Amino acid sequence: MAEATFLDSNELLVNMGPQHPATHGVLRVKLRLDGERVLGSECVIGYLHRGVEKIAENRTYAQFAPYTDRMDYVAAVTNGMGYCEAVEKLLGVELPPRAQWTRMILAELQRIASHLLWLGTHALDLGAMTPVFYTFREREEILNIFESYCGARLTTHAFRIGGLQYDLYDEFETDVRKFCDYFPGKIDEYEQLLTTNRIWMERTQGVGVLSAEDAIALGVTGPVLRGSGMHWDIRKAQPYEAYDKVEFDVPTGEHGDTYDRYLVRIQEMRQSVRIIRQCLERLEPGPIFGKVGKIIKPPAGIEVYHSIEGPKGELGYFVVSDGTVNPYRVRIRPPSFLNLQALDKMVRGHLVADVVAIIGTIDIVLGEVDR
Amino acid sequence: MAATQEVARFLSDHSLVEATLKIVVVFAVLSGLVAYLVYLERKVLAFMQARLGPMRVGPWGILQPIADGLKLLLKEDLVPAGADRTVFLLAPVISVVAAFSVFAAIPYGPGGWTITNPNVGILLILGLSSLGIYGIILGGWSSNSHYPLIGSFRSAAQLVSYEVAAGLAIVSVLLIANSLSLVAIVQRQQQMGAWNVFLNPVAFVIYLIAGVAETNRNPFDLPEAESELTGGFHTEYSGFRFALYFMAEYTNMVLIASLAVVLFLGGWLRPFESVRWLSLLKYAPAAALVGAAVFVLWLGLKSRVRAERIFFAALAMGCVLLAAVVAMPAVLEAIQGVFWFTVKVMAILYAFIWYRATFPRYRFDQLMTVGWQRLIPLALSSLIVTAIMLVWTGQRLAPLLVANVLGGALTVLILSARQDSGRFRTIEGATR
Repeated sequence: MAEATFLDSNELLVNMGPQHPATHGVLRVKLRLDGERVLGSECVIGYLHRGVEKIAENRTYAQFAPYTDRMDYVAAVTNGMGYCEAVEKLLGVELPPRAQWTRMILAELQRIASHLLWLGTHALDLGAMTPVFYTFREREEILNIFESYCGARLTTHAFRIGGLQYDLYDEFETDVRKFCDYFPGKIDEYEQLLTTNRIWMERTQGVGVLSAEDAIALGVTGPVLRGSGMHWDIRKAQPYEAYDKVEFDVPTGEHGDTYDRYLVRIQEMRQSVRIIRQCLERLEPGPIFGKVGKIIKPPAGIEVYHSIEGPKGELGYFVVSDGTVNPYRVRIRPPSFLNLQALDKMVRGHLVADVVAIIGTIDIVLGEVDR
Repeated sequence: MAATQEVARFLSDHSLVEATLKIVVVFAVLSGLVAYLVYLERKVLAFMQARLGPMRVGPWGILQPIADGLKLLLKEDLVPAGADRTVFLLAPVISVVAAFSVFAAIPYGPGGWTITNPNVGILLILGLSSLGIYGIILGGWSSNSHYPLIGSFRSAAQLVSYEVAAGLAIVSVLLIANSLSLVAIVQRQQQMGAWNVFLNPVAFVIYLIAGVAETNRNPFDLPEAESELTGGFHTEYSGFRFALYFMAEYTNMVLIASLAVVLFLGGWLRPFESVRWLSLLKYAPAAALVGAAVFVLWLGLKSRVRAERIFFAALAMGCVLLAAVVAMPAVLEAIQGVFWFTVKVMAILYAFIWYRATFPRYRFDQLMTVGWQRLIPLALSSLIVTAIMLVWTGQRLAPLLVANVLGGALTVLILSARQDSGRFRTIEGATR
C-alpha cells in the first residue's frame, strides 16, 4: 500500500486488528477498500515481539530450548525438535533409534494437533461454527498424550538436546494406537461437513490464488506452497530423524487456492496418521540419549542451518557457536513470518470476507511471526 | 357463571378492551418465547457440537435467559463519541417495535385466536416487518464507526434482495387462496384438504431460504458476521439497546416461522384432519405434556443435586397435572389449533438453529448471486407455473404439485448449467 494517506473519495481505510476475532492473535492489517473490495493491504506486526533471538545469546544451549516452544505455541513439540536437532548437528551427535521414532511420533501428533486447530478456526472464520468443537475434541486427545508423556500440554519442552528427557510411559503405544484407529473416521466427519459443502466450496475455491512462481519468490513453504502445486516437503527433500525410512505421500494441490490448501492439510493429517503407525511398528526398547556431555560446549566458529518441516512450513534454525556455553547467534526462520508475506498478493481484488478466509488459510501464529 | 357471562358480554361490547388484553397476552408470551428461544438455540447448538451449553443458572441452565436479561438491563448504555445521539438511541426501538407489532395480524388458532384479522393481512405484515430494516440501517449509520456502517449496508442490500424472492413465493400462495387475509389463507387450505406446501413445494423452499436471509441468520448472517465485522451493525451498542436488537432479531425469526406455517403448513390445522383413524392425533397435546413429564423426570433421576431432583420432580408433576387438564374434551378442543400452530413454528425454528450449526457463511457477492440469479428466477417460474395451472386445471392437488415440481426442477437445471464455481475436487496424493 504505497499511498495509504492519499485516499480517494470512495476509498475507505479499515484497520483490521490487532484486536479482531479473525486475525488469529495480534496481527494488524491495514486494508484499503473500495466498497468491500480490497485495493491493498499492509501487515503491521511486532505486537508480540519478545526478542527471542536476542535472548538466545544470553542463555546456554539447553536453557534456550524452552523458549522455542513459545514461538509457535500451537506446535511446541515441532519447534523444540527443530532446535534440538540444529544443536545436535552442531555437536555431531547421533540419536539412538528409540529417540528418533519417539520424536517422529510426537512431532506428527503435533502436526495433526496444529492442523486441527487451523481447521477449526478457519471454518469458524468462514461462519461454520461446528467443526471447531469437533476438532478441539480430537486435539484434546493429543494434548492428553503429551501431558501423560511430559506433564505439559501446550508448551511441552518434550525433547532435550541429544535425545529425550523422559522415556515413554507404559500405555503410550496403546494410547497412540487407539488415536490412530479412530482419528481417520473423525477426519471423514469434518470432510462431510465441509469438503462437498456447496457454500464451503464457493467460499474457498478461487479465493486467494497463489501461483507456484509467486509462492517460491515470496519464500512461502509448507501446505501453502504445496497447495500451489509444488512438491516440496523437507521430510522428503532433506530427510531428518528417520523420515527416509517411512512411507508417506506428499499431497499437492494444483489451483493454489484456499480450497486446495484445505485439501492439502486434510490429507496431511491422514498421512501423519500413516507415519505414526509405521513409527509405532519400529519402536523398540533401547537407550533414549545420544552421547552428549553434561555441559554443551560446541567448538568455536561452527555454524549450522537446520530446517525441518513444521506444520506450517519450513522451520529453520541457524546457530553459530563461539566456543562458549552460549550460542553466539541464533537466527530463526519461522514459516508463518514468511508465509504472511504472501497475504497482500493473495488479498488484492478480493472482498473483506475473503481477507478473513485468506488469513485463515495461511495459518499463522503470531508468536512465531513476531518472535 | 353469571359473572363469566357478564365478562363475556362486556368483552364483546368493548372490542378495544378485548384487543388490548390479547395484545398484552401475546406480547408477554412472545417475549418469554423469544427469551427461551435463545436458550433453546444455545442448548440445541451445544448438543450438536458435543458440549452442554448453559448449565450454571438454575437446573440445566433454565434460568439463563432471565440472568442474561438482567445483566443487559444493568449494563451501562454507552453512546460512542461522534455518534448521532438521537438516531442512535432511537434506532433499536424502531427495530423492536416493527418486529413485535407484526404479530397483531397472525392467526394463532381458529376463531378468536387472533388479535385482528385485516383483509390485507399479508400486506400489512410485509410492510411492517420491512420497516424494521430502518432500525438496522440507522443504527449502523449513526454509530460513526466503519464496521457497523458496512454491516448496515449489507443488511439493507440483503433485505431488499430477498424480500423480492419471498414476495414472489408468497404471491403464488395468494393465487391459490384468492385472498390476502391470513385467516382466509388457512381456511382455504382446510377446504382443499391439502396444505400449500404440497401444492407448491418450490415456493415453500424459496420462502424458507429467503426467510433465513431476512432474519440475518446463518448462512446469510453477513450483517453481523462476527469474524469479519466483529458485531456488524450493533458493534457499538451495549446494554439494553443491544438487547432490543437481539430481541428484534429473534422475534423476526418467530415471525418468519409463523408466516411459513400460516402460508404453507396449514396454520392451526391438525395434520391428517381428513384421515379418520388418525383422529387420535387430537390427543397429541396431552401426550406431549406426558412426554415432557417423562423427560423431565429422567433429567431429575440423572441429577445428583438434591434441589434439582426436587425441582424436576415438581416440574414433572406439573406437566402431568397440566396433561390431565388438557385431556378434558372442552379444553382439548379449545387449544387444538394453537397447539399445532406452536408445534409447527417450533419445528421451523429448530430447522433454523440446525442450519446455523451446519453451514458456513456466504460471501456478500455470492449472497446477491443466490438471491437475484437463483431464487428470484426460480420464484418467478414457480409463480408462472402456478398461475397457468390454476387457470388450466383449477385448484386440484395433483396437477399443481406435479407441474410445480417439474417446473422447479427444470429451472434449477437451467440455472445450474451456468454454474462455473463450486465443484468438488480432490488433490494429488490423496489416499483415504
